[in-house]
Amino acid sequence: MSVAQETPSQPQIQRHTPVPRNGRWSGFRHLLGARMLELAREKEVVFWVFVFPLLLALGLGFAFRNKPADRTTIAILASPNAAHIQELIQSSAQKNAIHAEIVDDAQAAKGLRLGKYDLIVDPVSADKVQYHYDPARPESVQSHVEVDGALQAAAGRKDVLATSVIVSSEPGSRYIDFLIPGLLGMNLMNSGMWGIGFALVDMRQRKLLKRFVATPMRRTDFLMALASSRLILMVIEVGLLLGFGILMFHMRVLGSFFTIVLIGALGAISFGGLGLLTASRAQKIESVSGLINIVMMPMWILSGVFFSYERFPATAQTFIKLLPLTALNDALRATILEGSSLVSQTGRISVLVIWGAISFFLALRWFRWT
Amino acid sequence: MPAAVECRDLRKTYDGKVEAVRGLSLAIQPGECFGLLGPNGAGKTTTIEILEGLLEPTSGEVSILGRSWKTNARELREYIGISLQETRLSEKLTVRETIELFASFYTQPRSTDEVLSALQLNEKSDALVGKLSGGQKQRLAVATALVASPKVLFLDEPTTGLDPQSRRQLWDIIRAFQGEGGTVLLTTHYMDEAERLCDRLAIVDHGQIIAEGTPADLIERLGGHHVVEFALSGNGHLDNATWQSLPSVDSVRNEDGVICLNVREPHRTIPALLEKVDQQSAQLERLNTRQASLEDVFVNLTGRHLRED
Repeated sequence: MSVAQETPSQPQIQRHTPVPRNGRWSGFRHLLGARMLELAREKEVVFWVFVFPLLLALGLGFAFRNKPADRTTIAILASPNAAHIQELIQSSAQKNAIHAEIVDDAQAAKGLRLGKYDLIVDPVSADKVQYHYDPARPESVQSHVEVDGALQAAAGRKDVLATSVIVSSEPGSRYIDFLIPGLLGMNLMNSGMWGIGFALVDMRQRKLLKRFVATPMRRTDFLMALASSRLILMVIEVGLLLGFGILMFHMRVLGSFFTIVLIGALGAISFGGLGLLTASRAQKIESVSGLINIVMMPMWILSGVFFSYERFPATAQTFIKLLPLTALNDALRATILEGSSLVSQTGRISVLVIWGAISFFLALRWFRWT
Repeated sequence: MPAAVECRDLRKTYDGKVEAVRGLSLAIQPGECFGLLGPNGAGKTTTIEILEGLLEPTSGEVSILGRSWKTNARELREYIGISLQETRLSEKLTVRETIELFASFYTQPRSTDEVLSALQLNEKSDALVGKLSGGQKQRLAVATALVASPKVLFLDEPTTGLDPQSRRQLWDIIRAFQGEGGTVLLTTHYMDEAERLCDRLAIVDHGQIIAEGTPADLIERLGGHHVVEFALSGNGHLDNATWQSLPSVDSVRNEDGVICLNVREPHRTIPALLEKVDQQSAQLERLNTRQASLEDVFVNLTGRHLRED
């Protein structure tokens, strides 16, 4: 703007221009509209809410895709019998699943330590081998079973029991099917906590909350507009992640979209309440960021986002199932993967409702506008 | 007709210890522009925020347009416009969107276009708030107050940190609002702002009003309308009583070697002053006469300058 344009002329304030009176919901409509515009113009929000979960799904989906008959790499210690062992493996039915290298002791030990080899085979004599591996590594345990089976069969063992295997890699039971509802739950938690908690403290720090309550704005309108913006984003988040799973990984969604959105809304509101609670007093965005992370961190690990919480001890599971993200993830999985109805999941739904209700109750008691 | 803004014996104690406001009373008549003048930390912001109904006083009565915050808060919010000392409005909204958002809270706001042109923000109406200059942001803050079509406008340090041109622009806007019959209460620590803008003002220090009146009144109360400032070098070191005895001198103060005399008639004081300097065979380092200002009033009352930063 040039100086000439900035030069003040005597400002004329004309009054009494007829302006239509604002209705009851005008404040709410404008607050919601302003919030949506702000979100759309904030590139970081668009990335973290929409792009990041898709990248995560894509990355993890490929990393843990059902690999064609996992290959195990093993070391055979260099000795006069090593070549014989390798021949046995080559002649076995499992030869494509086993990659064997003949190396010296030091190389083998180092390779095992670094995860290059799953197993070391030590051909002690012509008719005796010794295995070295760490039983805490699942791939080593599997490798041992496989290699031992291969060697025994190649050396002439006859199986006495006829067995057969039916492979299950149908959509619905793969890792990506487990992952997508978990990511959806985690994303609803993240955007609920950050979208409400961080946004509110930011506005408080900017004294924008104080400026708003200096007007006749209804405080309930403000909170409802914030909640509504979360619900709108939630529908987009659910649609994007599920659509991505269906298109990229041919995921099968058994439950109705309506039920899924209903559960998503419950999750979004419940975590919005938690976000409101963490933001009720904090004056600085630094302190609320810490608080949000403390609340979310345990749930990322415990609530079955990336792996099932069945891995935790049974005593811990009672507690884990009471966490809101566990309830949300379980409800989403049951609905998306098994087509369960809402009525059949009253336990999980109650956990979500109770967390949301308690959070809102406390948050509204403690909330500071200034 | 009730006073536009009135308070009696206002007190505010933070955490039971810090007394920010200590028994402050004032009454502002409709159509007046009233200023709270004082240094930083004097309690101006606490006072104005209590009057705006944003802070609860520890004790004391507040009445705005004859109504109380306790019983008529919602109604009062419709009648007043506020600009806080520092509000950082949403940077991702445009100027127009911001004004429309604030307009939406009032039952009968002014039209956004009218406010945009009144505050000379037309050209910036589609610019994001984050891209505005300091002066433009401050005008927008006042715009969000004026869109309410308020009867009373509260402005907390409206021009702090602005360049001279932006300050004058805001003064014009405030005068225009007052010209339409509006009442203004503003806080400032700028003398010139208070002198030019305010019909009446109260000088606030340590949470109390230490003087109140029109700018001319306050200066009148100093005694002399004029200030003669000078400094001496050499062996001329004389005490204040010597200078007080010069003709037409009302009061004397010594500020780090610079002697300031409040005088009524400089043409009678200065010849006598020069003669005295000559008698003492001292050298006059500088000599300067000017009209007394509110700064002199403040220094006379408190012994300190308004802006000691």
